[in-house]
Amino acid sequence: MKVNTIYLDNSATTKPYKEVMQTFMAVNEQYYANPASIHAMGVESNELLMRAREQVADILKTEAKNVLFTSGGTESNNTAIIGLARGNTHKGKHILTTEIEHPSVLESVKQLEKEGFEIEYLHVNAQGVISLDELKAKIRKDTILVSMMHVNNEMGAIQPVFEAATIVHAESRAAFHIDAVQSFGKLPLAFNGEEGPDCITISGHKIHGFKGSGVLAFRKKMQWQPYALGGGQEFGLRSGTVAVPQAVALSKAARIAVETMNERAEKYRKWQQQIRAELEQFGDVVHILSTPESAAHILSFSVRDLKGEVIINALQKYGVIVSTSSACSSKQTKTSHVVEALNIDEHFKKGVIRVSFGAHVTSEDIAQFILAIKKVLMELKGELLL
Amino acid sequence: MIWKEILIRYGELSTKGRNKMDFIRRLRENIRYAFADLGHLHIRTERDRMFIAIQDEAQMNVLVEGLPKIFGIQSFSPVAACDKDMDAMKQLAITIMDTFKHEQLTFKVEVKRTDKTFPLDSHGIQREIGAHVLPQYQNLSVKVKHPDVELRVEVRHDSTYMMAQVIPGAGGMPVGSNGKSLLMLSGGIDSPVAGYLMMKRGVRLEAIHFFSPPYTSQNSLEKVKVLANELTKFGASIRLHVIPFTEIQVLIKEKVPSNVSMTTTRRMMLKVADKVREEINALAIVTGESLGQVASQTLESLTAINAVTNTPILRPLISNDKLDIIEIAEKIGTYETSIQPFEDCCTIFTPASPKTKPKLEKVEHYESFSDFDDLIERAVTNREVYIFPKKEQPTDKFADLL
Repeated sequence: MKVNTIYLDNSATTKPYKEVMQTFMAVNEQYYANPASIHAMGVESNELLMRAREQVADILKTEAKNVLFTSGGTESNNTAIIGLARGNTHKGKHILTTEIEHPSVLESVKQLEKEGFEIEYLHVNAQGVISLDELKAKIRKDTILVSMMHVNNEMGAIQPVFEAATIVHAESRAAFHIDAVQSFGKLPLAFNGEEGPDCITISGHKIHGFKGSGVLAFRKKMQWQPYALGGGQEFGLRSGTVAVPQAVALSKAARIAVETMNERAEKYRKWQQQIRAELEQFGDVVHILSTPESAAHILSFSVRDLKGEVIINALQKYGVIVSTSSACSSKQTKTSHVVEALNIDEHFKKGVIRVSFGAHVTSEDIAQFILAIKKVLMELKGELLL
Repeated sequence: MIWKEILIRYGELSTKGRNKMDFIRRLRENIRYAFADLGHLHIRTERDRMFIAIQDEAQMNVLVEGLPKIFGIQSFSPVAACDKDMDAMKQLAITIMDTFKHEQLTFKVEVKRTDKTFPLDSHGIQREIGAHVLPQYQNLSVKVKHPDVELRVEVRHDSTYMMAQVIPGAGGMPVGSNGKSLLMLSGGIDSPVAGYLMMKRGVRLEAIHFFSPPYTSQNSLEKVKVLANELTKFGASIRLHVIPFTEIQVLIKEKVPSNVSMTTTRRMMLKVADKVREEINALAIVTGESLGQVASQTLESLTAINAVTNTPILRPLISNDKLDIIEIAEKIGTYETSIQPFEDCCTIFTPASPKTKPKLEKVEHYESFSDFDDLIERAVTNREVYIFPKKEQPTDKFADLL
C-alpha cells in the first residue's frame, strides 16, 4: 500500500510556492544581467531589484535603503551581531542575548567573546520565555547589543520583543536585534518607530521562498561594520553580486506570507489544539513543551524515555515527516541547548519531537498524523498505556 | 469625527499691499493643485490665515501628510469642533489632550469668545476647562508664559473650536509668487537642489537639459526626468526642455582647442538656455554652480561663461559646501537618483586639463572661426518638451514577478 507523505517539518524548511518558483524562473531567464552593470539590461535588473527591496521595506515599515538581501538567516544573524558589535565598541563591549538562541547567534557571540566582548545570557522559564525583570537587571549603560529570537524554533515560545525593546531603549544605547526567522509571516511584525526592534533577520526558505535567500533589515541607518567586503553592493554593506532571482522571489514570498498570515494562523491554531487534545489523552507518557501561548505553527512534545529518533522512524512508516527539536541540531547526540534551558524532567529530554505546519498542510494531513501518532505511541508505549 | 478644519498660518510676507493678496491666492491655488486628488476643497482665506474644511478622517490624514511640503506655510493646526456646551467642550478638551499624555509638558488654556451671548465669559471658560483637564493628566503642569502646549478654545457663533497642535510648515513663499525662471538641470546632485531652493523662494520653474546621444544614454535622460518629477513634489508642475546638443558638442570638439572647449561648451549651453528662457517668458536662469567645485566654477570661468548674456543668472548654491548640498539633496529625496552613474553631456567630452582661468578674448577668438548660431537655433527648435508630474501611470512590467 502506498501512503501519502505528510510533511510536517516546516520549521526546518518549506516547499516554495508555485508562484514564487515561477518568479524565480522568469527572473533567471529575463533579468539575469548584473544589477551593478550600467548597460540597459543591468539597469533593468537593478530596477527590478529595487522594486523587490521596496516591497520588503513596505512590509516591514522601513525604507528601501535599510533592507539588505543576504544568503539567509545565518548570514543575516552573523552580519547583524558581529557588525553591530564591532561597529559600536566606542559605546561599550557588553552584549546580551538569551540561552535559547539559534546557533548562528550563539556562535557569533562566542566569536565576539574571543575578541574581548562581554556576553551575558538571559534565562528562560519553563515556558521558554525570558523575564523582563532579568533583562532590566542585566542591561547596562555600556550594553551595545541585545539579540533575541522572536519565536523559538524548537518549541515555539514567543518572546515579548516589543516590551523588551522598550526596556532596551530606555536603559541603554544598545541596538536591539531580533531573529524573526520563525516569526515573520506567522506573527505581525514591523518596525515600530523608536519603540520597536532596530534590526530584523528574515529567512526566505521558512516562508515558502528559496533556500539561500534572506533579509537583514534596519529601522534606520545604523553604525555597523560590514564583513562581506568587495565591490560595494547593497549600499556597501554586503558586497557580492546580488542574487536578484533569490531576492525577487523572497520579496514575493514575503508578500504572500503577510497577505495570508491571518487565515493560516487560524488554521494552525486549530490544528495545534486538535493535536494537543489528542496527546493530552496519553497522560504522563507525553509531555507537551509548547504552551498554548506559543506560536501556532509549532507543536513540540516529548515521549517518556523514548529517543526522538525512534519516534521519527516509527512515524515515517505511516508517511509522516516530523523532526526532533530542530533540524540544525538533530544529528547531534547530546540534548539540545533549548531543551536543557527549559529544565524539564530527565525522562523527557531525549524524546523531543517537533511538528510544524506550513501553507501546504491540509486538515486531512492532520487527521492522518493524529492517527499515526496514536498508533506509534500504542506500539512503542503500549504496556504503559494499557 | 472631531476634526472640522485645518488652520494655516502664512510664511513670511516680505512684500505688502496688493502683493499680499497675490501671495495668498497663489498659496491657495498651490494647495488645490497639490491635493487635486481629494476633489474640491473648501478653502476660506483671511488676512493672516487660511482654513481648509475637513470632510473626513482620511482626507484629514492626507492633508496633514502633504501640507509640510508646500512652500509658503509657516505652520498649521488641525482644529476640532463641538457644540457650544460646557460638557461637550470639556469632553473635547480631554480627547485632544490625550494625544499629549506621553510626555512631561507645560500647558495652558487660552480662550477667545467671539459669541458674546455665551453664558460664561472667557475667564470662566478657561477656569472650568483647565480645572477639568489638569487633574486627569499627571504629566501636565500649568505655565502661563510660553507653555509647551496651548489648548486654544474659540467660542464662535456656530460652534466651539479647539486646537493644540502646531505643525511646522516648509516656510518660504508660495511657488509662483516670485515669477518664473529656467533651471539648467543636469543629472548631478547640485542642480535639483538649486531648483528646490529657488522654488522655496516662490519661483516657478521650467527646466532645461542638454542631451547628446549617442554619447549619453537614454538612462541619463530618464534620470533627469525622474529628478524633474521629484521637484514637482514641492507644489508646482515643471516643464522639461530637452535640447539635442550632439551637433554643437561635436563641432566644439573639432574646432576649439581642448583646454578652452569646456568654457565654450558652457557658453553655448547658456546661449541655448537664454533663447529658451526668452521663448517661455522666464526672467532668470538658475544653475547649480558652486564656487570652486570644478574648473568651470572659478570666478574667471564664470565670468567668461556669463559674458554671452545679460540675463540674471541665479546661483543659489554658490557659497555652499558640497556636503551641505548633499545633505539637502538627501532631505528632498533627489540624492539617490542623482548618484546613479550615467554620463551626461557635461562630462562626456571633458578635456584632461581645462583652463581654470580662461581669458574671455581668447575664448571668443577661438569660437569666431565656427558658425554656432545656426546650430543653436536648430537645437532650440528641435527640443522635446515633457511635462511633469506625469499623469498616466506607466504599466508595471514587474507586477507579475512581485
